Amino acid sequence: MSTMPSTPSTTTTTTISTVGPPSRRNTELALLAFAVILPCFAYANVGLALDGKMPSGMLGYGLGLGLLAGVGHLVVRKFAKYADPLLLPLATLLNGLGLVMIWRLDQSERLARLAKAQGFTFQASAPNQLLFSAMGIALFVAVVIFLKDHRILQRYTYISMVVALVLLVAPVFFPGKFGAKIWITVPGLGSIQPGEFAKIIIAIFFAGYLMVKRDALALASRRFMGLYLPRGRDLGPILVVWALSLMILVFETDLGSSLLFFGMFVVMLYVATERTSWIVFGLLMSAGGAAVVGSVEPHVKVRVMAWLHPFAVYDTPRPSWATTEQIAQALFAFGSGGVFGTGWGQGASDLIQFAANSDFIFASFGEELGLAGAMGLLLIYGLIVERGMRTALAARDPFGKLLATGLSAGFGIQVFVVAGGVMGLIPLTGMTMPFLAQGGSSVIANWALIAILIKISDTARRPAPAPAPSTDAEMTQVVRP
Amino acid sequence: MNKPVRRIAIFCGLLVLALLIRDNWLQFVQADELKTHKKNRRVDIARYSQPRGNIIVDGQAITGSQETGGVDFKYKRTYKNGEMWAPVTGRSSQVFGSSQLENIYDRVLIGDDDRLFFNRTVDMITGKGKKGGDVITTLNSKAQEAAFKGLGDKKGAVAALDPRTGKILALASTPSYDPSKIAGANDGENWTALDKDKNQPMLNRALRQTYPPGSTFKVVTAAAALENGLYKDVDSKTNSPLPWTLPDTVLPLSNEGNLPTCKDGTLREALRISCNTVFGKVSADLGNKKMMAMAEKFGFNNKQIFTPVRVEQSVYPKDNRPQNAMAGIGQASNRATPLQMAMVASAVANNGKLMEPYMVDKVRAPNLNVIETHQPKEMSQPFSKQTAQQLQSIMETVVQDGTGKNAKIGNVTVGGKTGTAQHGVDNSANPYAWFISYAKTDNGSPVAVAVVIEGSDTDREEIAGGALAAPIAKNVMEAVLKTSK
Repeated sequence: MSTMPSTPSTTTTTTISTVGPPSRRNTELALLAFAVILPCFAYANVGLALDGKMPSGMLGYGLGLGLLAGVGHLVVRKFAKYADPLLLPLATLLNGLGLVMIWRLDQSERLARLAKAQGFTFQASAPNQLLFSAMGIALFVAVVIFLKDHRILQRYTYISMVVALVLLVAPVFFPGKFGAKIWITVPGLGSIQPGEFAKIIIAIFFAGYLMVKRDALALASRRFMGLYLPRGRDLGPILVVWALSLMILVFETDLGSSLLFFGMFVVMLYVATERTSWIVFGLLMSAGGAAVVGSVEPHVKVRVMAWLHPFAVYDTPRPSWATTEQIAQALFAFGSGGVFGTGWGQGASDLIQFAANSDFIFASFGEELGLAGAMGLLLIYGLIVERGMRTALAARDPFGKLLATGLSAGFGIQVFVVAGGVMGLIPLTGMTMPFLAQGGSSVIANWALIAILIKISDTARRPAPAPAPSTDAEMTQVVRP
Repeated sequence: MNKPVRRIAIFCGLLVLALLIRDNWLQFVQADELKTHKKNRRVDIARYSQPRGNIIVDGQAITGSQETGGVDFKYKRTYKNGEMWAPVTGRSSQVFGSSQLENIYDRVLIGDDDRLFFNRTVDMITGKGKKGGDVITTLNSKAQEAAFKGLGDKKGAVAALDPRTGKILALASTPSYDPSKIAGANDGENWTALDKDKNQPMLNRALRQTYPPGSTFKVVTAAAALENGLYKDVDSKTNSPLPWTLPDTVLPLSNEGNLPTCKDGTLREALRISCNTVFGKVSADLGNKKMMAMAEKFGFNNKQIFTPVRVEQSVYPKDNRPQNAMAGIGQASNRATPLQMAMVASAVANNGKLMEPYMVDKVRAPNLNVIETHQPKEMSQPFSKQTAQQLQSIMETVVQDGTGKNAKIGNVTVGGKTGTAQHGVDNSANPYAWFISYAKTDNGSPVAVAVVIEGSDTDREEIAGGALAAPIAKNVMEAVLKTSK
């Protein structure tokens, strides 16, 4: 790899390089500039399409996003010098584009009238979302600065478990909204979606737990029909997580989180033990659970029926389970966008009405940016996931590997579940598109997730500390061909 | 641990790939289907995003567009004198869809027609919005007004044709509705009221309702008698006993009142005073097959008459002998639309040549270029010129000194036939009053008309077609004669 001079070297030569890989911070900066400018163009585009003039908030928006990105970059440059250069720009780009789309939907007269007709006051979501993004970056900065080493998280394995359980169970005691109990509502302050934070914390728990137990789970097994079957008592943890996921599904009617947690666990179990049998078990158990719950629990059943027959809501007589035309409207939005889209501000995705800027924001992008834009976004998500996986491969400690794999796979599964639901590939769930969708918990939690990945990648790529100077260096003969 | 991580990385890549494939399926393969799905509101939003082209009568638009100030639909359809023109225009409703000309010419009216492609492209390049084309009809506003006012608050319909070309001159139906009232986005109540109204105001009776034609059908029977050589001419005596019993039965067929001249009366006399016995026997003598053949030449049993609005099929069915005899006087299971009976009169007036009825003359691009012109087409020749002249002669007798005196117009030759069609169980319901007629000038016949009135609460004696329907026909003919001078 390295271009060694062909002449015999007289400098110190050791087996471990202290030069290390390039930090790539300048690459990150260049990409970041792009990630800030692109949403600014989008913002201008929306203004021109809707009002025929440059939007007045243009400067503020551009400066705000630029400032956030700049702070993020400087902190990474100082505290995580060797971090992956793609993660921060990609997340910034998604967050910026999401803000523009949310702002664009704020201008929708259709949504304003709908809110009025239903007795709400229509609130612009973009200012809040900008605030949440700032809070997200703040958390990102805090994690990058104060989390000296990701291995510290391993100490909190069982505390994480307790916190995650509390976060997951808490929404049961709060009133549900729109058919799913996934919020903790504090009167007067607003509501948070604990599931978004639980996603990270539970990954920490899984990583810590599996690191300790992996040998037992991997080795103590019997071979049966080509598969390594785990011992009965080792089945305990997976059964517990499985039961927990099903309980989330039944009591919180949250199909998305249920799938996400179980999927994440199976992935991490497989990585920890390298046993394919766990995957087979996981798939069987999730298929079984889904089949039972899907046919028993009415809320889930409705989702499945609506997925199989998205246009049934227009039938006469209308089937009793067809209560919303959202999926049909999302499909119309995608179809109407076509290959190149209508252009910013010129679509009619607000026909989706409720949640056009949160759960269904990907449909809004699909209509206005077309197939080209939607595929671009999917590829950006894909890149984030694969950079996370790259980080896992590069990580030198098993805990880091497990955590990075878990977080990126969880991120990937979430994107799949949300985008697949909106596009009618799988039943719709109540999760949000990371970074794009309106919602404070989601954007804050995902910035924390990126921060942890950045820390792991920094540790992974950071060159080893320079060894003490070798006393017999001069005497060592280097033989070169 | 790296091997499973790599595999998971591939798995995540596959998840993204699945999303990409699905996205391509939605936005490329299925895009057009979803884009034009009938429940995709964007279709209607685009339809009402600019003023719609107009439907034009006598050079004047009978439709318009109005800005709504709404979010989805920038414009909505308006109609001038909507109740009068509803049977022609149909409706263009933002919620309840469109019908008739508004529906058939929708793509022209919204500017999406392929023939407007050049206009559209030019407008796009010059930065003008899309514009719709116009539909120019054959209707005559004076005749339409006479028809609509003549019907007044009675239930009925009028259809008037130019026998020489088949142009539809008047098409009225009452009770009617104003399509403006259901054009907007918030007109659900009006729609429900119209839809539930037991008088069916949205029914286009002139084209879509069939009635027993009653005695007006005797013109068809007379044509069949002459064409099939049953009687040499209209002035030779027929072989008609009085009373006459329906074949295969013991039921005598009676006339309306005591009409002794019906016994062996000539066709002229029989038509003048409307003898049931004579025409019932003619039909019986000719038989079902020949009667049906003649009726079909006029357009009966034809589902494929488009004006371009579809015309409900008028029927002359296969039937047994007594029923066929009754059908000869228009009182069995044969039924006709008002337009069909106007076609009968128009074939007589046009010397035996039946022209295809139509109501759209031209289609015009927004820049006033004509992109489609309708050429008159012969539909059939039900009988010879000689037969036509004989039929004209006896129909003119009906108006001169028969049951149709109410349709007389000064020094213009008018031929006609009244009809009073019984219906309901044991004829309990109020009968339908019919009148079909034509007027003749030196340039052939410019107008043939059919009027039907569903006698609702008028005195039963008065429902005779001559009293109720003939004056309306007269006014329509006069309106056409005046404007064609």
